[in-house]
Amino acid sequence: MSMSTVSLMEKIKNIIRGHSLWMLHYCTGCGAMELPPTMTARFDMERLGFAPMATPRQADILLVTGYLSVKTLRRLIYTYEQMQDPKWVVGFGSCTINGGIYYDSYATIKRLDLYLPVDLYIAGCMPRPEAVINGFKKLMDMIKSGEANGWKKYKENLEWYRANQRKILGDSLYVTR
Amino acid sequence: MVNMIILAVVFVIGAFIFQVTLSGFSRKVVARIQKRRGPTVFQNFYDIGKLLFKESSISHGFIFDFGIWMALGSTIATLLFMPVGGWALMPKYANIIVIIYLLAVGSLGMAMSAVGSGNPLASIGVSRALTQMFAYELPFVVIAVLIIYLAKSSNILKIIEYQTQNGWNLFSMPIGALVAYISLMGMLGKKPFDTPIAPAEIASGPLVEYSGKYLGFLMIQHEFATFIEVGLFVHLFMGSTSIIGFLIKYIIVYISAVMISSVMARLKIDEVVKFYWRWPLGLAILQAIITLGVRF
Repeated sequence: MSMSTVSLMEKIKNIIRGHSLWMLHYCTGCGAMELPPTMTARFDMERLGFAPMATPRQADILLVTGYLSVKTLRRLIYTYEQMQDPKWVVGFGSCTINGGIYYDSYATIKRLDLYLPVDLYIAGCMPRPEAVINGFKKLMDMIKSGEANGWKKYKENLEWYRANQRKILGDSLYVTR
Repeated sequence: MVNMIILAVVFVIGAFIFQVTLSGFSRKVVARIQKRRGPTVFQNFYDIGKLLFKESSISHGFIFDFGIWMALGSTIATLLFMPVGGWALMPKYANIIVIIYLLAVGSLGMAMSAVGSGNPLASIGVSRALTQMFAYELPFVVIAVLIIYLAKSSNILKIIEYQTQNGWNLFSMPIGALVAYISLMGMLGKKPFDTPIAPAEIASGPLVEYSGKYLGFLMIQHEFATFIEVGLFVHLFMGSTSIIGFLIKYIIVYISAVMISSVMARLKIDEVVKFYWRWPLGLAILQAIITLGVRF
C-alpha cells in the first residue's frame, strides 16, 4: 500500500494504532530475560504506549523471543491465528533470523519468516533493552506510516505459508487437541 | 424532552472524557510511584480508539454479543440517574436504591457474556467477580441504609441537602466512611481486591476472550461504572451542591484509591470474602450502633 492511496481515515487509524500497542510475549527462548527490565522502571516501555497482555485475543504484537523448537512452532501458529487484525510479529534475537547459535540444531526452526509474516527483527544475541526500545520505536513509525502490513501478506499468501508450515510440522498442525 | 436528550448526551460524553482523562492521569501517578515516566495522559483514549478501530473481533455466539450490549447499555442508563454536585438529569429519580440495583445489571450482563464465551478462565473470573460483589455489597448497603435513615430519604439530592445542613457524613461517621471506602476499592477492582481480573493468574479473567470492539466497549463500560461508584461515595460522604467541588472531591477520592492500589498485593478470593465479612461488616454494624445510640 503506497502512501498516496491511503485515505485520511486510514491515516488517523494508523496514528492511533501506533500509539497503543499491546503485546503478547511468547517467551520460549532466553531472550525473555531482557523483557522485565524493558517493562519496569529502568527502561519503562509503557511510556511509548506498550503494555503486556495476558491473552492473544487482546494483543496486537506477537513478540517471539529467541529460538522456536518444532513443537512450539505449532503453538505459535495457533496463537498468531487467534489474534485479531491488524496484528504484527516481531522477531527478537538472532535465533529468529537465521537460527543463531542453534544454526545446526535438528529440533529448532531457523527462519521465522518462512512460517509467519515478520514485520520487524530486533537483531542481537541477546538484544539489550535499549535495542528493544529502539526496535519498538521503529515499529511504531512503520505502523503510523502504514508500512507494517504483515497480517495482509499472511492473508494473501496463505497457501505459501501453509505449505512451509506443513513441510516442517507434517499434518500435526491440523490435529485437534 | 428534546432538551433533556441533548443534556443527557452532553452529560454522558462529559463524564466519559473526564473519567478517561483521569484514568490516564492515574496511570501517570502509578508510574511516578514506581519511579517511571509513564504514558501520556491521553493514553486511554488511544487504547479505546485502537480497540474500536480493530478490523476484526471474534464473536462466540448470541449471548456473548448480547451480554456486552446489556452491560454497556445498563451502565449508561445508571449514569443518567447519577447526580453531579447538586444537579441531576432526573431529580426525582436520583435514588441510591435505583443506582445500586441498575449497576448490578451491568455486572450480570458482563458475567453472562463472559460465560457465553465458553472459556474456563472466564468462568473462574466471573465466579470470582460475583463472589466479590456479594462480599463488598453487604457492608456498603449497611452504611447506605444508615445514611438513608439519617437523611429520611433515599434520594441522593436529599442526602446532599442533609449534609449541607449537618456537615459531611465523612466527619459525623468516620468509621462508616472507612467501610464505604474499602467497599469502593472492591467495586473498582483496585489492588488488594483485583482478584476477578488477575492477569498473571487467570489471564485477565472475564476479559480473556474479548478482542477488538468488544473489549473497547467493555473498557468504556468500566469507565462509566467507575464514574458512578466513585461519584456515589462522594455524594454519600462529601456532599456539596457545586459541580466543580464535586469534581475536585472525585479526583481526590479516585487518585487516593489508585495510590493505595499501587502499593498493595492481591488477596485470594476466600481471603477477600473473609476480610469483608469480618472487618468492614463489623465496623459498619459498630458505626450503626454508635450513630443510633447517640440519636436516642
